[in-house]
Amino acid sequence: MLDEAVPATPLGRPRPAPPPPRPWRARLYRWDLKASPYLYVAPFFLCFLAFGLFPLLYTGWVSLHSVDLQTSDQMQWRGFDNYTRLLHDDLFWNALRNTVTVGLLSTVPQLLMALGLAHLLNYRLRGRGFFRIAMLAPYATSIAAATLVFTLLFGRDYGMVNWLLGNLGLGHVDWEGGTWTSQIAVSTIVTWRWTGYNALIYLAAMQAVPHDLYEAAALDGANRWQQFRHVTVPTIRPTILFTVVVSGIGATQLFGEPLLFGGGATGHSGGSAHQYQTLGLYLYDQGWYAFHLGRAAAVAWAMLLILLAIGALNLALVRIRRSRNGG
Amino acid sequence: MRNPGTTHGGRATAPLPVRKVPKPLLSAATAALGALLVAGCSSAGSGSGGAAASDSKITLTVGDYGTFGYKQAGLFDAYMREHPGITIVEHTVEQETDYYPALQTHLASGSGLDDIQAVEVGRIAQVVKKQANKFVDLGKADGVDKGAFLPWKSQQASTTDGRTIGLGTDIGPMAICYRKDLFQQAGLPTDREEVAKLWQGDWAKFVETGKQYQAKAPAGTFFTDSAGGLFNAVVSSSTTQYDNGSGQLDYKNSPSVKNAWNLATGAVQAGISAGLKQFDTPWYQAFANSKFATVACPSWMTAIVADKSGSANKGKWDIATAPAAGNWGGSFLTVPKAGKHQKEAEALAAWLTAPAQQAKVFTTVGNLPSNTQALGRPEVQNAHLDFFGDTPTGRIYAATAQSIQPTVIGEWDGLVKDTLTNGALLSIEQHQSDPAKAWGNAVKEIDDKVSD
Repeated sequence: MLDEAVPATPLGRPRPAPPPPRPWRARLYRWDLKASPYLYVAPFFLCFLAFGLFPLLYTGWVSLHSVDLQTSDQMQWRGFDNYTRLLHDDLFWNALRNTVTVGLLSTVPQLLMALGLAHLLNYRLRGRGFFRIAMLAPYATSIAAATLVFTLLFGRDYGMVNWLLGNLGLGHVDWEGGTWTSQIAVSTIVTWRWTGYNALIYLAAMQAVPHDLYEAAALDGANRWQQFRHVTVPTIRPTILFTVVVSGIGATQLFGEPLLFGGGATGHSGGSAHQYQTLGLYLYDQGWYAFHLGRAAAVAWAMLLILLAIGALNLALVRIRRSRNGG
Repeated sequence: MRNPGTTHGGRATAPLPVRKVPKPLLSAATAALGALLVAGCSSAGSGSGGAAASDSKITLTVGDYGTFGYKQAGLFDAYMREHPGITIVEHTVEQETDYYPALQTHLASGSGLDDIQAVEVGRIAQVVKKQANKFVDLGKADGVDKGAFLPWKSQQASTTDGRTIGLGTDIGPMAICYRKDLFQQAGLPTDREEVAKLWQGDWAKFVETGKQYQAKAPAGTFFTDSAGGLFNAVVSSSTTQYDNGSGQLDYKNSPSVKNAWNLATGAVQAGISAGLKQFDTPWYQAFANSKFATVACPSWMTAIVADKSGSANKGKWDIATAPAAGNWGGSFLTVPKAGKHQKEAEALAAWLTAPAQQAKVFTTVGNLPSNTQALGRPEVQNAHLDFFGDTPTGRIYAATAQSIQPTVIGEWDGLVKDTLTNGALLSIEQHQSDPAKAWGNAVKEIDDKVSD
């Protein structure tokens, strides 16, 4: 029946030629085919150019000048002075050290805990949905609110943490005053906020691990820990790498938590002896307290270069590992 | 044995949908959409709060910090009643150290500014020197009587060519707030005249009194709140502070800075300071928990003492004259040129700093007027603050205000003060740093920050 609907063309007789395509129309089609993908992505890239690349390059330009925030229309050429100044500034090195130690103190426990939590949530638990949503609650809390609460908890004289320590007969800690204590306190805020988020990413990756791998491992007599070690972790390694990179970037840019932890008086300086001044705070201190925008821009670029260096190192390690495994 | 739970399927690869060639129209639409998106993200943030200026109804915004007391004294409401076309919105930041950098960012970008912006005395020299062209000359504004303000106050907000960019709000003549009950327990006099005699004329006697107090102090209490507060008080009561008097930062050779530093570090070593960071939460909590017996007390500090000590400590605080008269703090109102309603803002600033309004602010929150007529008014002279019982707060502060010697406030005073108190001195309190080393670090940091 269907066939009958198609009018048969008698053989031997030439098909009527299709009407010659109008040339402008053909050109439009071709143009459309080639250009429209670019148009589809254009909004993003235009926004990126305006709000990503341009500020980045302009910051680089500013970093070669001496600029006062209060008279920011006047720029004086300085060449690379702002960068060489950094190399000789103890406070820059102090900030870099603090960024690394706070970064390690927050990222390492955070990711380990996230991995463990994800593993637990991957079991068939009662109320699993609730737990999974609860994990995301800290992430959805604003930095300001979370930090203010933690600042109260870590208070020197009337904080709850010291009250608990006192009840346990352990001394009394000046959290904000000390070097390690303040860094631990700041790291705690970061860890609290981001553990759940990373756990959910791990959970998603774990759910994609083929079930038969576990069955095979179980048949071989692997216990749960061994399965976790030898099946789960290697399978989700790319995801772990991703979270390490993202957390590393976050740690390098750490700003809001230490700023609010110190409060108005010592937030920008990262404590009375700069004991928890991160690179982000150092930038802010130079740019918005001493009004040296050029120096602040140089710090921003130094941070970018540090991130790129870490990224390159990361890539190199992955390559080496892959070639060793593959070779 | 149970294996980790769900494993949904394998790695299903969804077939890619076959792409149909869209109509040319569509790509044109895409281009338009893209343009819209870009326009959308570029125009974000340029809108400002104030409604478009229709003739009848305008909104004036006032940016300030801490407690200016206008709202508490009902002044905004009164002004809006008198001027039905004007709505006033106050944007308050708790701490000045957060407020000023934000103000600078707004000034640099020319957007986000309020119609009236407050500026603190430690910053006014910097604004006058570098940014005077961004503010309206209020000396010539309607309703402003420049001669009515304390001469040194209006001097601080005036440029060398005679333009006045800030109208004085309050000044901070300083006294000492002390706890009568704690003094009594430590065997010290409690009457404000006798207490003032303990340290009259010399801050060193204040520290000596502290040692006496500490020897018999009630458990868990300290003589004073912080080394930084003491340092500030000593410097504030000197005629030469961080500036050498001719616009040059010279804190390293300033005798008052040296004296203040020695007294403050001596106070830490003698253990008479509670080691707190002023204007920080633990400091506020310490008021309620009676952790210290004295605090250097500019007039505006009375509001903090009353508010943070709480009703349980009402009547326990009194105010004695400080070893030397000094001014700590006080502010100005400015009108940025970038504002949309300059004329209306000028009028409001003039009205808020006029004698009647300044007197009202003082009787409500304790900010002492900078306007001499207001200082002389009976409601100021005879003022009592409810929290301080029968203490003649008006008389004490107005008398101190008259004996303040004018000082030159330099461009960098705010930064130097902050680095020395919240940096060096606090680090000595928190880390037991060696004072010489802490001073050296602070000097290095200040020199770096004030250089180009």
